Amino acid sequence: MEVRNLSASVIRVDPIACVGHGICADLFPEWIHLDDWGYPILLQEAIPAHLLDQAKWAVANCPALALRLADVQ
Amino acid sequence: MSATRKAPARQAPAPSLPPARLLAGAKAGSAIGLAAHRATYTRPPQVSTQPRRNLIELIGQAGLQGRGGAAFPTARKLKAVADGAGPRVVVANGTEGEPPSAKDQTVMAHNPHLVIDGALLAAAAVGATQILIGVDRAHRRALDAMRAALAERTSSEPLGVNLRLAGTPSRYVAGEETGLVQWMNGGPAMPTSVPPRPFQKGVAGLPTLVQNVETLASIALIAQHGAEWFRQLGTPEEPGGRLVTVSGAVRQPAVMEAPIGTSIATLIQAVGGPTEELSAIMVGGFYGTWLPLGALDAPYSRAGLLPLGASPGAGVIVALPASACGLAETARVVSWYAGESAGQCGPCIFGLADLAELFAQVAAARANRDDLETVRRWAGDIEGRGACKHPDGAVRLVRSALSVFTDELARHMGTGECRGNGQPILRVPPPGKTWR
Repeated sequence: MEVRNLSASVIRVDPIACVGHGICADLFPEWIHLDDWGYPILLQEAIPAHLLDQAKWAVANCPALALRLADVQ
Repeated sequence: MSATRKAPARQAPAPSLPPARLLAGAKAGSAIGLAAHRATYTRPPQVSTQPRRNLIELIGQAGLQGRGGAAFPTARKLKAVADGAGPRVVVANGTEGEPPSAKDQTVMAHNPHLVIDGALLAAAAVGATQILIGVDRAHRRALDAMRAALAERTSSEPLGVNLRLAGTPSRYVAGEETGLVQWMNGGPAMPTSVPPRPFQKGVAGLPTLVQNVETLASIALIAQHGAEWFRQLGTPEEPGGRLVTVSGAVRQPAVMEAPIGTSIATLIQAVGGPTEELSAIMVGGFYGTWLPLGALDAPYSRAGLLPLGASPGAGVIVALPASACGLAETARVVSWYAGESAGQCGPCIFGLADLAELFAQVAAARANRDDLETVRRWAGDIEGRGACKHPDGAVRLVRSALSVFTDELARHMGTGECRGNGQPILRVPPPGKTWR
């Protein structure tokens, strides 16, 4: 596997705020896919640095404002 | 007959167990009055805005862990609230939403003054000036006993703190700490997104300690008798005794008080033993795990159940008779889980509803291999996807059912046969009516 630099960020969803628009999975398919009910399943680990802009793009375009970037614990 | 009606609020005779502490002196049908209580327990110190750190230290030395299900170290929780800026609040959680559990109702109905002393001690420890006690409004005996005990006190022992008793909505997640706090704040009894946790921002936005009533009563035991005495029961890692509700196919379903680490078999013997041949045991409650009979000798403790993929939860054991179908029992509980969703998180709303429907097909021997695969995949997809852990409970129970009831599953999938006699064992309450 290719070795890549990791950012210090993870992407999280507020499951109460999320209503399943599903846009995030289109904008950030490397990291987010939808379950059978249309709600996003997010990879939990630190986002690789080269994907961070894409993650921010997904966060900014969530109509429910349910996504956020958080620091790696 | 449903064998898991609420266990009678009494302690069954149990020569194999040490004398009761939390339920010492408890008699069927009556609560211990203030005078009798004070014969053993000295009055708690006056509550002030200044935390009493020595009390937190004492509870830390006793090694008390929460008895509501999560088993979090109580002293750490107290310290987190005490470290927050005052004023602070204590919430005594007596909601006991776990259907096969009756232990919180039992300790409140029999020993309400011990619970109140514990709440006052916790308030003194964290420097809280307000105490709210929440009891499921359907648990009349517990609520009445607490109300009577408070009335008895205000006439003879001024509390010195703002204390309120409230009947909470009969919903499972109403007892989840953020749900309880939101309800105390005038909202629906539904969990909220975390952070913030109640210790950061709870009732009225203040640092709030939410503590189970059995834990509070245990604090009162420790304050009176000391850490070393407390540690005479239990294990070094999990000190003390705890209340366990034992029901199902047993002679005298009851709430037992036993040292942590007592074996499951001993606890079942303590309520008279099985009434018939058993096929499995549920431990921890609906928010728990099915275990095979091979687990009977396991100690009822975190360390004892961890290797089996289970945990003591809120202190529940249900003995499943061989005449019942574990898959059918599980299907009814998963339906109940779906009905108790607060309806806030997609995977919980839609995932649990679909999971319940498909698992009912499995239990009815109408599912095929693909359906079973879907059940497993959905379990993985639903887990960890709610704001609270409600959906995770359904998933865990389903997984344990699929691994414990392998013979039943093979029969259901093969010949389409179910050996269950159709008599429900687990009592599944009807859906709650209100969130307010």
